[in-house]
Amino acid sequence: MPQLPGMLVGLGVTARAFYRTVFPDGPLGPPSPSKGAHTVQYPHVKEAPPTRARGVIALHEDNCTACMLCARECPDWCIYIEGHKELAPPRRAGGKPRQKNKLDRFDIDFALCMFCGICVEVCPFDALFWSPEFEFSELKIADMLHDKSRLGDWMETVPEFGPYEGGSEQKVRKVPAT
Amino acid sequence: MASLVQPMLADLAYWQETVLRGLVGLVAVLLPTGALVYLFLYKMMSFMQSRLGPMEAGPFGQLQLLADFGKFLQKEDIFPAKADRFVFGAAPFVVLVSTFLLVLALPAGPDAHFIDVNTGIYYALAVSSISVIGTLMAGWGSNSKYSLLGGLRAAAQLIAYELPLVLSVVGVVIMAGTLNMKGIVEAQNSFGVWFIVPQFVGFLIFLVSIQAELTQPPFDMPQAESELVTGYLTEYSGMRFLLFFIGEFATAAVFSAIGATLFLGGWAIPFVDPSAEFMNWIGPLVLAAKMVLIAFFIFWFRITYPRFREDQLQKLAWKFLIPLALANIVVTASIKVAIDL
Repeated sequence: MPQLPGMLVGLGVTARAFYRTVFPDGPLGPPSPSKGAHTVQYPHVKEAPPTRARGVIALHEDNCTACMLCARECPDWCIYIEGHKELAPPRRAGGKPRQKNKLDRFDIDFALCMFCGICVEVCPFDALFWSPEFEFSELKIADMLHDKSRLGDWMETVPEFGPYEGGSEQKVRKVPAT
Repeated sequence: MASLVQPMLADLAYWQETVLRGLVGLVAVLLPTGALVYLFLYKMMSFMQSRLGPMEAGPFGQLQLLADFGKFLQKEDIFPAKADRFVFGAAPFVVLVSTFLLVLALPAGPDAHFIDVNTGIYYALAVSSISVIGTLMAGWGSNSKYSLLGGLRAAAQLIAYELPLVLSVVGVVIMAGTLNMKGIVEAQNSFGVWFIVPQFVGFLIFLVSIQAELTQPPFDMPQAESELVTGYLTEYSGMRFLLFFIGEFATAAVFSAIGATLFLGGWAIPFVDPSAEFMNWIGPLVLAAKMVLIAFFIFWFRITYPRFREDQLQKLAWKFLIPLALANIVVTASIKVAIDL
């Protein structure tokens, strides 16, 4: 049969895969399929996701002005925002008190969220960030609604930004921000 | 199992002996099935694909079988709306009956047998054909075009490969001079070398034929998973699917054991008298080891080769394997008559 050599080559391929999986340290080492296989045995061994992986969304509350852009652009309507206006002291002496928006409620319902990232992209004030954390499953679906404090906690897991590109300018403020 | 067990057996009433035989038969079918499923399906095939297979249920996934068993048991038993209820329901049992009848003919020691028929291997091959009816019943009774196509492909394939299977065994029978399975084992012992050496061609034809009889890849057109959604098994769920699954692996185990008996010397170990008393206890273990060896090849081929197309499959059987098997018979018979082995 002219196909016979090819069939034996095929057997060799699977045999070689078997050998490499069961004896990753060569013929003299102990048989250890856990080491030789490509499987990462998840709950016992955890691989770090890439830094830009989209795991969960974190909120930097100081930057948020409750402009509602993220809530409006979210395709699933899973962001709930409530805020009120407050007066902040003037920046220079003798100035007018400034209006600032303060958040009362900023919840993201991760049971609805589809992790598209539109809210992060659209935020003009860089208040939302991606974090590579993904282990936040809950037993009750209501616990999948992360409130403002929890979203703020996720900020600790947001990776550092890389250095700015060469030639980019840092914003120079005429009056230091308070 | 003479001296130790015979006195105990002699005191049992017929119904007690029947129950005992039933239990031992059940164990003899289910234990190798479980071993094959775990060792080869879960572990060996996984390692050949550079993955680990089940690892969570029990140490290294040994209890995964139990978990799967429980999973299948608690599923709903679905009957398609227009299915032929009796045919659909009885099909898995027909396949299983064929397997249990097959294991009856398998000797595991000089006295360790269920039945001792003089037409041992003939009976075994005849009874293994009953599963073809079960497959056809499954395909037809499901009232689904996928199942019907799968069932028809299965019938064509199984019937086509019955012939090379039988013919490959005839060479062994000619050399042994008897159809009795025990006689074949003893003939291999007196011949000096296991029949795999002089009957190498017959062994290869046997291996290919049982691969096809078990509808294992590369001969799994009836179940072509990517094409027919498991073919004749499509409409089955829960317990009935489990019965088909067990039937498939149990038949693989029993066919491997038959191959071991015919070609690898059965329960005999070299340099040890096969009719010795203690072989009744060691024989099953030896037979199990040889069965695992042959089943290794079955599953190795399963994971390595792509599927045959139906016409390629039929061409292989009718135009290649049958003439080869016939030539094997002619050569074997000629040499036997000429040299009077």
